[in-house]
Amino acid sequence: MNVLYSIARFIAEKEPPHTDSEGITTHSAWLPEKAELIYGTFASLLIFFLLYKLAGPAAKKAMAARTERISKELESAADDKSGAETEAAEIRQAKGDIGAERGRLIAEAMVQAESLLTDARVRLEAEVVELLARADADIATAKGRSRDELRAEIARLSASAADRGVHESIDDATQQSLIEAFIQKVGASA
Amino acid sequence: MSDARITGYARALFEIARAEGSLDEVEDELFRFARSYENSDALRSALTDDMIPASKRQAIVEDLLGGKATATTTQLVSMVVGSGRGRDLPAIIDELVLRASSAKNLEVAEVRTAVALTDDQQHRLAAALANATGKQVNLKVVVDPSVLGGIIATVGDTVIDGSVRTRLDQLKARL
Repeated sequence: MNVLYSIARFIAEKEPPHTDSEGITTHSAWLPEKAELIYGTFASLLIFFLLYKLAGPAAKKAMAARTERISKELESAADDKSGAETEAAEIRQAKGDIGAERGRLIAEAMVQAESLLTDARVRLEAEVVELLARADADIATAKGRSRDELRAEIARLSASAADRGVHESIDDATQQSLIEAFIQKVGASA
Repeated sequence: MSDARITGYARALFEIARAEGSLDEVEDELFRFARSYENSDALRSALTDDMIPASKRQAIVEDLLGGKATATTTQLVSMVVGSGRGRDLPAIIDELVLRASSAKNLEVAEVRTAVALTDDQQHRLAAALANATGKQVNLKVVVDPSVLGGIIATVGDTVIDGSVRTRLDQLKARL
């Protein structure tokens, strides 16, 4: 209030006339003349009126268009946001699906690996059993063959020894004795 | 060679030997020659080789039998070999022996021994075989060292085996 009062008083105070550098004299150094003030006020009001009447609708239209454009942009942005959120949700779902698929694949691989391991273990155990059985059979066969070969060799040596012994032991007297024994045996067999 | 041809040759040899009046001797010599022929690969090859001329084969026969057998025996073997029937010589001779034995109502008794039998042993063996088989026998002795000892006698289908070789074979089989 004091400030407004001070301003009004300052304006109301009568200043001494002022002459500028070009030699023009006014009643105040910074306030316009009264007529200039009135004309200026009217001119300004006229301009404002004209602006209101002529440029107002265009400005209003431009503002409405701008509002509409901004609204559309906002809607588009909302749509984009919604699309982005949908896409993000899909990506998140896909990511989740990929994770689930990865888990499923890993689980499946683990099951298959376990199955393969079990099969391999069973097969190996069966092969070991078979190899052991075959080895036992081979050993038994080899043992039997060796026994047979040994027996055959003993028989061969015994036969050879008997052959040699007989050849050496049959002298003329033995021959005659065998012949006589044969004749007597045949003669007595009637 | 067919049986008919063997029989034909045997009958021819038999008739010749009988006509010559030396059937027993010829039959005995032929039998021994047949056994020698069977046991000798070299003799068999020489007498059956078609690449050797017949005259050469007959010369071999005459070299072998000349002075050791009767002329009739030598000529009969020479005739068979010369006619290219050397392969059938044992069969022809065996047929001849059978025919000769039949003519005398005797059964052929082939006896294999490791050593030769004396005449006394042959007579006693013939008597023993006749006693055992009930047939009079025409004894044919073959000295066969593979018998080792004892005797193997074959009368018709009957085989009486008293050889060391057979006993040794039985022992080997048992071993």
